[in-house]
Amino acid sequence: MDVEILARIQFAFTVAFHYIYPPLSIGIGLIMVIFEGLYLKTGKKEYEILTRFWLKIFAITFGIGVATGIIMEFEFGTNWSVYSKYVGDIFGSALAAEGLFAFGLESTFLGILIFGWNRVSPKVHFISTIGVFLGSMFSAVWIVVANSWQQTPAGYHIVGEGLNARAEVTDFWAMVFNPSSVDRIIHVWQGAFLAGAFMILSVHAYYLLKGRYVEVSKKAFKIALSVATIISLTQLVSGHSSADGVAVNQPAKLAAMEGHYETSAAADLYLFGWVDQASKTVTGIGIPGGLSFLVHQDFNEPIAGLNAFPEDEIPTQVNAVFQFYHIMISIGMFFIGLTLYASYLWWRGKLFDKKWLLKIFAFSVLLPQIANQAGWFAAEMGRQPWVVYGHLKTSQAFSQEVSANQILFSLILFFVVYAILFLLFLYSLNKKIKHGPYDESENPNEFLKYT
Amino acid sequence: METFLGIDYPTLWYLVVGLLFSGYAILEGFDYGAGAWHLFLKKDISRRIAINAIGPLWDANQVWLIIGGGALFAGFPVMYATMLSAMYIPFMLFLMLLVLRSAAIKFRSAEEMKWWRKTWDIIYFTSNTLIAFLLGVVLGNVLQGFELHENFIYKGGIFFAFLNPYSLMVGFTTLSIFMTQGAIFLLLKTEGKLHDRLSFLLKRGMVFFIVSFAVTSFYTLTYLHGVTDKFKEQPIFFALPILAFLAVANVPRLVSKKKYFYALVFSSLIMAFLLMLVAFQLYPVLLPSTINPEYSVTIYNAASSQKSLGIMLTIVLIGAPLLAFYFLFLYKTFNGKVELDDTSY
Repeated sequence: MDVEILARIQFAFTVAFHYIYPPLSIGIGLIMVIFEGLYLKTGKKEYEILTRFWLKIFAITFGIGVATGIIMEFEFGTNWSVYSKYVGDIFGSALAAEGLFAFGLESTFLGILIFGWNRVSPKVHFISTIGVFLGSMFSAVWIVVANSWQQTPAGYHIVGEGLNARAEVTDFWAMVFNPSSVDRIIHVWQGAFLAGAFMILSVHAYYLLKGRYVEVSKKAFKIALSVATIISLTQLVSGHSSADGVAVNQPAKLAAMEGHYETSAAADLYLFGWVDQASKTVTGIGIPGGLSFLVHQDFNEPIAGLNAFPEDEIPTQVNAVFQFYHIMISIGMFFIGLTLYASYLWWRGKLFDKKWLLKIFAFSVLLPQIANQAGWFAAEMGRQPWVVYGHLKTSQAFSQEVSANQILFSLILFFVVYAILFLLFLYSLNKKIKHGPYDESENPNEFLKYT
Repeated sequence: METFLGIDYPTLWYLVVGLLFSGYAILEGFDYGAGAWHLFLKKDISRRIAINAIGPLWDANQVWLIIGGGALFAGFPVMYATMLSAMYIPFMLFLMLLVLRSAAIKFRSAEEMKWWRKTWDIIYFTSNTLIAFLLGVVLGNVLQGFELHENFIYKGGIFFAFLNPYSLMVGFTTLSIFMTQGAIFLLLKTEGKLHDRLSFLLKRGMVFFIVSFAVTSFYTLTYLHGVTDKFKEQPIFFALPILAFLAVANVPRLVSKKKYFYALVFSSLIMAFLLMLVAFQLYPVLLPSTINPEYSVTIYNAASSQKSLGIMLTIVLIGAPLLAFYFLFLYKTFNGKVELDDTSY
C-alpha cells in the first residue's frame, strides 16, 4: 500500500479511537456538575453517591482521552508534515488557546477532582468539577474551530508557492468564527452531551432492571433523561443549520450526502438507500425533492449535483459518505422518539413500569457513539479530496520523507496498544458498574438511613 | 519586523518554547524519573506510594508537553513538521510509551493479583525509562543536525539512524538527571524505610548522572562542531556552563544536608541551565543541516507570520498567569507526604 493511504488509515484509526472518550467525558462532566450542584444545594447523600460513582468512570474515560489525544497532536507532524506547514500559522493561535485556556484548566483541576475529596472544601471541589467540565468544553471549541477552518477557510490569505505555500492569518476572529464553526461546535457539544447522558441512562436502566440501587438510579435516570430529551430535540436544530451551511459552503459534500448527481435538478431526501457510483443512481426510499425543500423551502428548486463539479474535486467514496450521514440522521431521529416517549411516560408517572423500554435504554449507550463516529466520517470523507477545502489536497499533504514501512510499523503498534487499552477500558468499566455506587452487601441498609 | 521590548517576535516565541520545554523537563522529569526507579523499590506498598506521589500531579505536568508541542507547531510549523517526520520512529515509540505509561498508572493498582501488578510494574518502569532516554536521544540528534536538503527535505536514514553514539550519550544523561530529580522528589513525598531506601538509591543516581554528564560534556566540547565559537562571540554566556556546573556541584551538598526541597530546586536549575545552553548554542538555528548551513531550519525561516505570532504572544500573556495560578493551587493542595486513601491509585 502507498504512503498516502497508510497515513490516512492511521490517522482515521487513531482519531476514531480517540473520539470514543472525549465526548463521554464532556457528557458525563455535564451531568456530574448537575449531581454535585444538587448535592451542595440539598445536602442529600444520594447526590454525593452519584457524583462519586460517576467521577470514577469519568476519571478512566478522561485518562484514556488524554493519552490518545496527545498522539493526535504529534501525528500532524509525523505523518502530515506538508499539511502542518500549510496550516501551522492558522492552527497556531487556536492550539495555543486550547492548550493554555482549556487543557491547562481541565488537567490541573482533574487532580483536585479525583484526589481532593478530603483536602478541599465541598465548594472548592464543586468549583473544580465545573473547571474540568468547562475545560473539556473549551477544548472541543478550539479543535472544532481548527477542523471547521479546514472545511470552510476564512480570515486568511495564501503566501508562497509549491512546497512552501501556506495559509496565513489575516483576521483572527474571522478565522475563529469561520462560516461553519458555530454550528459545528454546538453540534459536537450536543453529540457529546448525548454520549454522556445515554451512558448514564444505560447504566441506571441496567440497575433498575436488576433491582439494584433503585432509589439513586431513579434520580439519576430522570436527570439524564431530561438532558437527553432537550439535547435530542435541539440537536435537530443545529444539525439542520449545519447542513444549510454545507449547502452554501461545500456543495459537493452536500450532493454526496444525498447521492445527488444531476448537474442541476431538484434533489431528493432519502430515508435510507444505496448509491451505485458506477451508474450514478440511488436506490432507496425517500422524499422526492426533499433536500431542495430543506435547503430552499421549495420542492422544485434545483441543487447542484456531483456532475456539476470537476471529477477530481468530488469525494471518491460517495456511497460511504451517504451511508455515514444517514446512519447519523437515523440515530438522531430515533433519540427524539425514544426520549419523548420516555418523557411522556414520566409525565404520566409510569416511567419505570415498562421493562422493554429500560432494556432499550440499557443498550442505547452504543448509539450516540455510532452517531458521533458516523457524523465525523461523513464530514471528513465528504470533504475529500481536500484536506483544506479548495486549497490543499489530501494527496499532497502527507509527509514525503516517511516510508510505507515506517507507517506500517507504527500502525501495527497502534492496533496492538489500542486493542489492549480498549479491553482495559471495557474491563474496568464493567467492574465499576458491577461494583456499583455503594456497597449493598456489606450494609444493605446503609443507604436507607440517609433517605 | 515587529518587536516587543526590543526583541523580535520569532525570538520571543523561541523563548516561550524554551520556557515550556524547560517546564516540561523539570516537572515531567521528576515524574518519569520517579518511574525509572520503580523496580528498584521492592515492596508492593512502596511502589503504590511512589505512584501516588505523582498521582494528582502527573496529568497536570503533562500539560507542559501538550502546550510545548503545540507552541512548536504554532510558532515554528516548519520545525515541528521537519523534526517529527524525520524522527518518525523515535516519536512513535515515545507516543506509544506515553500511552502505556498512562495505562500503567491507572490500572496497576486496580487489581490485587500478583501477576497483574508485576506486569504493570514492568511496563511502568520500562516506559518511564525509555521515555526519558528517547527525549535525550532526540535532543542529541537535533544538536548534531539532520541531513536536510533544500526546502528542508530530509534524506537521512529513517529506521535506525537516530541511534548514534552521541545521541545515546545524551539519552543516558537525560535519563540520569531525570532519575536524580525523581529520587529527590520521592524523598520529599515519603517517610520511614522507603525514605531510607530512596536516599540510598539517590546516591547511586547522582553518581550515574555525574559520570554521564562528564562524558557527554567532554564529548560535546571535543567533537561537536563549533561549540566554542559562540562563546568567543558573546563571552557573557560563558556564565551558563559555569552556573550549570555549580548547580551540579550543589545538589549532592544539599542532599547530604537533607535539604531535599532545595536539592530539587537546584536539580531543576541544572536542567534549566543546560537547556538554556542548548538554546544559546543553537540560536537562531532550530535544526542544523549537516549538508549546508543554508538549509538549516532557523527561527526566521520556520516562523509563523508576524500577525500570528503577535496573537499567540497575546494569548500567552493572558493564559500564563492563569496556568501559574492553577499550578500553585494544585501543588499547595497536595503538599506534604503521600497518604493513601480510597481515591488513591
